[in-house]
This record gives sequence, structure tokens and C-alpha cells, in this order.
Amino acid sequence: MKIGLLITCLADAMFPDVGRATVAVLERLGHTVAFPAEQSCCGQMHVNTGYQKAALPLVERYADVFAPYDAVVAPSGSCVGSVRHQHGLVARRFGSTGLQDAVTDVAGKTYELSELLVDVLGVTDVGAYFPHRVTYHPTCHSLRMLRVGDKPLSLLRAVDGIRLVDLPDADQCCGFGGTFAVKNADTSTAMMTDKMRHVLDTGAQFCSAGDSSCLMHIGGGLSRIRSGVGTVHLAQILAATRDRPYAVDQAHATTLEGRA
Amino acid sequence: MLGMPTLPPPAPRGVGHLRGDESFPAAARHALADTQLRANLGHATRTIRAKRASVVAELPDWEELREAGRQLKVHTMAHLPDYLEQLEAAVTARGGVVHWARDADEANRIVVDLVKAKGVDEVVKVKSMATQEIALNEALEAAGVSAWETDLAELIVQLGHDRPSHILVPAIHRNRSEIRRIFLDEMGDVDPDLTDEPAVLAGAARLHLRRKFLSAEVAISGANYAIAETGTIGVVESEGNGRMCLTLPKTLITVMGIEKLVPRYTDLEVFLQLLPRSSTGERMNPYTSMWTGLTPDDGPQEFHLVLLDNGRTQVLADAEGRDALNCIRCSACLNVCPVYERAGGHAYGSVYPGPIGAILSPLLTGVEDNASLPFASSLCGACYDACPVKINIPEILVHLRARHTETYAEEHRAPSAEAVAMRTLSYVMRSPLRWTLALRSGRFGRLLGRRRGTIGEVPLPVVKQWTETRDLARPPQQTFRDWWADTHSGDPS
Repeated sequence: MKIGLLITCLADAMFPDVGRATVAVLERLGHTVAFPAEQSCCGQMHVNTGYQKAALPLVERYADVFAPYDAVVAPSGSCVGSVRHQHGLVARRFGSTGLQDAVTDVAGKTYELSELLVDVLGVTDVGAYFPHRVTYHPTCHSLRMLRVGDKPLSLLRAVDGIRLVDLPDADQCCGFGGTFAVKNADTSTAMMTDKMRHVLDTGAQFCSAGDSSCLMHIGGGLSRIRSGVGTVHLAQILAATRDRPYAVDQAHATTLEGRA
Repeated sequence: MLGMPTLPPPAPRGVGHLRGDESFPAAARHALADTQLRANLGHATRTIRAKRASVVAELPDWEELREAGRQLKVHTMAHLPDYLEQLEAAVTARGGVVHWARDADEANRIVVDLVKAKGVDEVVKVKSMATQEIALNEALEAAGVSAWETDLAELIVQLGHDRPSHILVPAIHRNRSEIRRIFLDEMGDVDPDLTDEPAVLAGAARLHLRRKFLSAEVAISGANYAIAETGTIGVVESEGNGRMCLTLPKTLITVMGIEKLVPRYTDLEVFLQLLPRSSTGERMNPYTSMWTGLTPDDGPQEFHLVLLDNGRTQVLADAEGRDALNCIRCSACLNVCPVYERAGGHAYGSVYPGPIGAILSPLLTGVEDNASLPFASSLCGACYDACPVKINIPEILVHLRARHTETYAEEHRAPSAEAVAMRTLSYVMRSPLRWTLALRSGRFGRLLGRRRGTIGEVPLPVVKQWTETRDLARPPQQTFRDWWADTHSGDPS
């Protein structure tokens, strides 16, 4: 199978390790992924902030760049949600019939990482090793736009050495919401504070999720209060093995870099 | 009214409660700073959420019911003019009088004239969103008529000189000691030894209201639904105050938004299951009152139905937004909304708070009059899952955001700073070379946060809003694409 890799703009710029981990998991399972460098961003930020027309060239680019692949995978529920639910909207408003068809076609084969692993590739045990206490935040778009259900959790449960602890009120939004975090900074912070309290209540060393954006937000808060609790993307846990264990200091980058 | 060549206007300015004085972020700040209010809201929404979840789980066909509710509403809206005419004919045939009101001003004038014609200076009211929307109480007061709210929570809000904070639980933001204080200060005829026991408070309110019910000659109600084929109007409530208002006074005036229509009597089967479970988390509400025109020598002997547009036809004309009219005012979306839970109902500045308010208010007033509301959501989607008629609130929010930015661009010669940023970003992102260079330039961010390894407060626009409460991770030394080029393809770009 020819798998194309969508690295979200945020992961590309700020969290390249999440992209590397995605590649590592898939290569370890014997798959080859291709990273077409012509890709940019899914355009979600534009659509969600009210600039649908500005998203058009990005939607066109996405449909064009990923058309040749059998499947496209991204380490982000949010961006995959955008591809599935918003690209059609933009194409219908501003694009040609050809673009609408192309968008429908590519959206149908775009998967979030846990979906690709469990539904398409049929694996739950990816041979990972992560000997830490972890709680999992099921991000809103994975949960409600993609309905990934317990796929991420079944992947995590199969990880060797992990101690998975339930997150109270897990399905409540962390308050990131893209530009919501700056347009409604106070409300966003109130939501984040409750999410952080629940994370701290679990006694976990790491809060994990399938979206770098939510983790950047929660991790930014955990770092500000110097909680010592790190954030780690699902892909990074799945990529860790006994031979190449996860560098904890790296995972704690937002809290520990400079102190480690 | 419908069928006229031009659309009726949006809800007019200067009357009614659909617009706030402040933007959502500014108004939310008051609630966020009030720890008692936040505790009250968090406790109440959590309790209702749990109750609702358990009664919804009892029904094996909940998803089918939701779909039935959605289909019925979509069908009704697609044929609204026909069904409204059918309703008018049925109500008239049973001795009622139907009035058509284009907007809040017209509706208020119609009701005030009807009340004045009866020569009374006092009316009793069943809790009604429509009359709050048009500020009928204020219009009556200006005409020298006192309107007494008879719903317990609505009475608390009225006596407290306050505004409702929730569709279903208007006094959700008040606790019992606050309510005791309001009763003592404002009720006039209350026992001075009043305690804050809920039963004692309810008893005081009951005594107070009984006097009003028995003396009032005119009652004003809203409507949860009207049935086109029979002309039947219905009100669903919990306390029995509605039943009193609907049966004791000689004249009954009902103000109803034109969207509160169902085609057939049998359609109630669906909505009477969806509404109580979604709103109060009950299998059935205690009082369901229905009346069809007039019955000689029984109940009101004069019945007026005021059909209110106030922007609704404009919403109906909006293909992307019209599903907002399907709302049955259950408030399930409020109770699951993390933004509502923190910011409270007043932050929305409208009688319609929460996720549904964030779309309904700007649709009724025109988005420019409520421009901050479509952005008052993290788009988490919990509201869409909870909605008993499956209104895709997140999608309508996104639609209204686009409407706002596009209207702004049409009306202003200079683009907003945000528009410039978004277009620039799109320009950079659509070219692989420009995008790669932009990503690499992000490394300059590494100059910040060298000591702690993270970036703390940065006094720059936008970044400041982020870094006031959250650290920003330090950009990495190498972007993903540069790493890939080094390790996988050898392609420098």
C-alpha cells in the first residue's frame, strides 16, 4: 500500500518528533511512507477563523498532492477532521466540480494514526515499550468528528510496561480550539485549568493525546505551573521500544529542557 | 407576511434582549472572576448532565427519535408558510384571534393594546422565551401594566432585577441563600423569618403567586409548540404555574415564534419524548397543557395568538443557518458546553445563551450585531451530540464566522489585521518554497526561552494572549521537512 504522510503545519514547525515517531511506527511495521514536500497545511485554521476563501488554495493543494496515494495518514485527529468535514465545504463554495470530486476522493482515504493502524492495517500491538504512568485525553475532534472511539486506547493498552490511568471528565474540551485560545483567552484558560487539575489528579507522569495542538495547550499550562507532568503524543508512545526507549527529557521539553 | 416580495427585517435594534452591551470575551470576564457563580454553574450543569445521560440511556431508540425530530423540523421549515396559514385557519375556526407581528415592536404594540383594552394594570405570565426576546415586560411597564412572572426561577430573576442565565433554569446562577435575600427584599408580603430551606422558599413563592393567579384577568404565555392541523397550542412545564395562568384568567394572549410549529397532533409523540429528557433529565414533565381555541364557559373566553417573526424569516432564508430554527429550547447544549459552564449565560448578552444562542442570536439580529458570539466556542462538538434534533451547531458557527469576516471585508476598505495575517499565511503556505523558508525562520524563536527551555510571557499581540497563562514550547532546531530531506529523500526543499 502506498501511504502518504500528512505532517500538520504545527508538527512540522514545532513538534517534528511527532512526525518522526509516526514514520518510525509505520516503518517498524514494515510499511513505507512517503512525505510529499509540496504539502503545506489542511487549512483548518483559516476555515475555523472565518477565512474560507483563503483556505481554497490549501484545499486544492491537499487534494492534488495526496491524490496518488492509497491512504494518507496524519498524527492529528483535528486536521483529519478538517479534511473530512471542511474541505468539501470549501470546495462546494469556491471550487470547481472537479475539485469537489477530488476532495471527496482524498478525504475518503485520509486517516488519523489510530484509524490507520487499527482499521486499515489491522494492528493494535505495535511492539511499543513505554514504562510510565500515562493518562489519555481523547481530543474533541478525534472523539466527535472522527469517532475514533477506543482505538487509541486499545493501541495504548497493548504497549509494554505502560500504566494507563483514566482521566476524569476525559471528554471535556481542554479549551484550545485554535484561535479560540487567544480570542477568548480567559475562558480558554478556565477550561485548561480544569483539564490540568484532572490530569494532576491521576498522578500520571504524562498526559497523552492524538493532537499536538491540544498537547501544546495543556502542556503549556502544566509547564507554567511547573507541575513536572509532561505531554507526549500517542505516536511518540507507539514509536518507543526497549531498544530505542523514549527520551523522557525530550518528552518533557516544555517543562524540563534546560533543567535536565 | 410570508409570501411578500421582500423579506421581513432582522430583529430591530433598541428593543428586546438579543444583543449585549459587551463582546463575549469582555462579558465572560465578569463570570470567570466570580468564583461563587462558577461553582453554582458547574454544580448545576454537572447534575443535569448526569440526570439527562441516565434517562437518555433508558431509551433503546434515542438515535431514531433524534432523527425523527430532525426530519419533522426540517419538513416543517421547508413548508412553513403553508403550515402557518393552516394554523391561522384552525385557530380562527375555534374562536381564537391570530395576529401577525413582523418584529418585536409590532408584537409589543399588539399585546399592549390588547391588555389596555381590557382595562387592567396587572397580568400574569408563564415563562416565555419569546416575550423575553422582545422585552414585553418592559413594554407593558412603560404602558403602566405590571407583568408578574409565575415560573419560580423566572420570578427569582424578575425580583432580583436580573436577567435569566439559562434557557430552562433561568436562576441557575443563584444559590438558595441569595434567593432568600431576594425574596425578603423584594416580595413585600413575605414572612420575615423566612429560612433558606428550598421547601420554605417554594412555599413563600407559592403564597405570593396564588394571590396573583386569583386576581389576574389577563394571562400571557409563550408556546412550546403549535399544531397546524388542529390549531392546538401547548405549554410544557414543571410547577403547575402555567396551568394556573392558562385556565384562570378570562383572557389569554400567547406570543409564539413562527418556528414553533408541528404539522400534526401525532408529531407530539416525538417531541414530548425528546424535550423533557433533554432538558430536565426527566422521562416526562409534570404538566403538559394544551388548548384549542375557546371552550364556552370553561377557561379563557378570549384567546389571542401573536405570531412573531422578529428575524426568523431571515434565518429561514439562510440555507446554512436555517437549522437553528429547529431548536426546541431544551437547553441540552448549554448543559454540555464547556464554554457556557465557565462563562455563564449573561456573557452571551442575549436571552438565548450557550451554543444555540451563539448561532441563533446573530442569525436573528444579523451577524454584525453579535459578531463575537460565533467565536465564543472551541468547536468541541459536544452541543451537536447532545442536541435532540441534531442541529449541527459547530458547522453553523463556522458558517457565521465566515459570514462575519466576509461582511467586514465588504464594508471596510482596509482589511483587518487578522485578515491580512490569514491571507499572508495562505499565500506563504500555498508555495512549498515560501512555506519551507517560513518554517525555518521559526527557529529564531529559539532565541527566546534559553534559560528555562520554554517561552514565558511575551508582550506581543496574540502571543501575549497565549503566554499569559501558558508557556510556549521552544521551536525545535530542525523542522520535520528538513529532517525528512536529510534522512529520506536528499531533496533540500
